[in-house]
Amino acid sequence: MKILVCISKSPDTTSKIAFTDGNTKFDENGVQYIVNPYDEWYALVRALEIKETSGGNVTIITVGTAADDAVIRKALAIGADDAVRIDAEATDAYFAAAQIAAYAKANNFDLILTGKETINYNGSQVAGMIAEDLDLPFVSLATKLDVNGSTLRLEQEIVGGLQIVEANLPLVVSCAKGMAEQRIPNMRGIMAARTKPLQIVPAVAVDAFTVYESYTLPDAKKACTMIDPNNMDELVNLLHTEAKVI
Amino acid sequence: MATDLYVHPDYYNMDDLLTEEQKLVRDAARAWVKKEVSPIIDEHYEKATFPMHLLRGLGEIGAFGPYIPEEYGGPGLDQISYGLIMQELERCDSGLRSTASVQSSLVMYPIWKYGSEEQKMKYLPKLATGEMMGCFGLTEPDHGSNPSGMITNFKDAGDHVILNGAKMWISNAPFADIAVVWAKDETGRIHGLVVERGMEGFSTPEMHGKLSLRASSTGELIFVNVKVPKANILPGRSGLGAPLSCLDSARFGIAWGALGAAMDCYDQALRYSKERTQFGVPIASFQLIQKKLAEMITEITKAQLLTFRVGQLRNEGRATSAQISMAKRNNCEIALNIAREARQIHGAMGITSEYSMMRHMANLESVVTYEGTHDIHLLITGLDITGISAFTREAPDLSNMK
Ligand SMILES: Cc1cc2nc3c(=O)[nH]c(=O)nc-3n(C[C@H](O)[C@H](O)[C@H](O)COP(=O)(O)OP(=O)(O)OC[C@H]3O[C@@H](n4cnc5c(N)ncnc54)[C@H](O)[C@@H]3O)c2cc1C
Repeated sequence: MKILVCISKSPDTTSKIAFTDGNTKFDENGVQYIVNPYDEWYALVRALEIKETSGGNVTIITVGTAADDAVIRKALAIGADDAVRIDAEATDAYFAAAQIAAYAKANNFDLILTGKETINYNGSQVAGMIAEDLDLPFVSLATKLDVNGSTLRLEQEIVGGLQIVEANLPLVVSCAKGMAEQRIPNMRGIMAARTKPLQIVPAVAVDAFTVYESYTLPDAKKACTMIDPNNMDELVNLLHTEAKVI
Repeated sequence: MATDLYVHPDYYNMDDLLTEEQKLVRDAARAWVKKEVSPIIDEHYEKATFPMHLLRGLGEIGAFGPYIPEEYGGPGLDQISYGLIMQELERCDSGLRSTASVQSSLVMYPIWKYGSEEQKMKYLPKLATGEMMGCFGLTEPDHGSNPSGMITNFKDAGDHVILNGAKMWISNAPFADIAVVWAKDETGRIHGLVVERGMEGFSTPEMHGKLSLRASSTGELIFVNVKVPKANILPGRSGLGAPLSCLDSARFGIAWGALGAAMDCYDQALRYSKERTQFGVPIASFQLIQKKLAEMITEITKAQLLTFRVGQLRNEGRATSAQISMAKRNNCEIALNIAREARQIHGAMGITSEYSMMRHMANLESVVTYEGTHDIHLLITGLDITGISAFTREAPDLSNMK
């Protein structure tokens, strides 16, 4: 099976979040990037497991600049066979999805996997847009994926239970927690990654539909208000009038 | 130990100096340590047992002979990558790093540098995976800082030699499959021999009662008329310089490792001091706590620069023994001081196994002693800058005075 796994970078969770250019751009100064965990732990590892049991090839794709080669090498070290980088800054979800779809259209994959979201923007949009562009079925937030010939059996968590779906290849799936277990790259993988092919593909022209006007940080944590345990009325009053939660 | 929340301090953006691959190697080692070692290390430390089940994993992350070329089964990494792996291991526990240091620098290094082609092919690939483990016998009961006085010796007996003597304080000895042993020939010249477990007259009793490096296994090597084939003698180099060159490699790794322990202590102290409230405020708001933390990060940053530079010099084949000594000595010292200060910041909690400072502190007492004691390294620097040896009580030789 020919599998394409979409890999995005996201800032390490310990990064300090700040903005530049009049609060219109994320300040990358001092930020360490990691492979977006949903892409790495679930989509990529499940793709490798499928390849290990039924053969095939796992290609990873990322839309980004040369600065993103580190996340690509890591994904190759974990076990992907080859990599494609669409050489452009991924300005928004549509741009990234359109680039991936253009590449996928020309290269016929049986299965396209993404993480359920990136942990920086949490947009969950790319996978759906790729499917739309390619006119393929799309299963979102899958927690389990089993292959049976050309049919996939997928599990999705829904409110209060589990939903089981069957779908035929080719299709697009976004992967959520539970799909696989994180793999730590070993030395063999790191060595092999040195010589695995990384193809750099120019971006195709697409329209820009969104503009980032500004970012603001959430309000700083407020000081804790202590209330006398004998004064429940005040607590209820504050929860109602100030916190506005009841 | 509570959940391992470690984030490495990098005040001078040292990460910018690392290559992508160096960072990948380091981060993989860290992820493995957090997953496999942090949850179990305290139990092994308390019971004084070595976590044998980790050997294969250590091999997989490249902790055994990272710089050994691919043709001998190693990953062929550079010296800074080696240092970074040692840093990640000792960040968790010095005992774990000791096992990897011994295997890499004291067993694989001499076989790689001074072994015959057959010896390299026979041992190195298996040592790299952890399928085979080694130890290094230099120290003797009566010869520690002065190994040239060793009495372990061998006599020619045709196609083999007869080895007699005893080594003490040998890391990994109780479970090692092979021992690289340094012994004198009939003319008094020091040679390295590969002694294999199972050779008649060779035993490795474990030493007990250590209050430091408890999760590392230490033993003796006892040789009673052991027949060692001549093919097991390392042909490439003899004399005290041979084992000392291995120590250079190991001390280099220790400099990175001790720094890892210091970074772990600082990281916890910084976090704890922001969380722990006394007199109505986080203790991090007290000047005395800030002084401790500020001095810790200053020392860590200096040590990072020192270590990185020695790494560059070693990559270029230019690091002198004395330069490595300085890094080993400095980093052990700052790590011990930082472990103590970090423990104080934790108050009573600091003496429990919930936090790692106390374990680091006890471990570092071994680290500051082995591979050349703190004072011996000072004398090495002294000799290097003056040209006068101050190691013995004899009238000093002034002929090389600088
Ligand atoms: C846990 C552990 C693991 C070890 N693993 C190994 C191993 O795998 N292989 C191995 O070969 N060895 C190993 N060692 C041994 C270690 O290298 C020696 O302990 C070390 O070299 C010091 O020797 P010593 O203990 O005999 O101390 P000594 O040499 O007796 O030193 C005692 C004190 O005297 C001081 N001193 C000695 N000479 C001088 C001098 N000229 N001037 C001023 N002060 C001096 C020392 O600094 C020290 O403070 C290990 C030790 C420990 C604790």
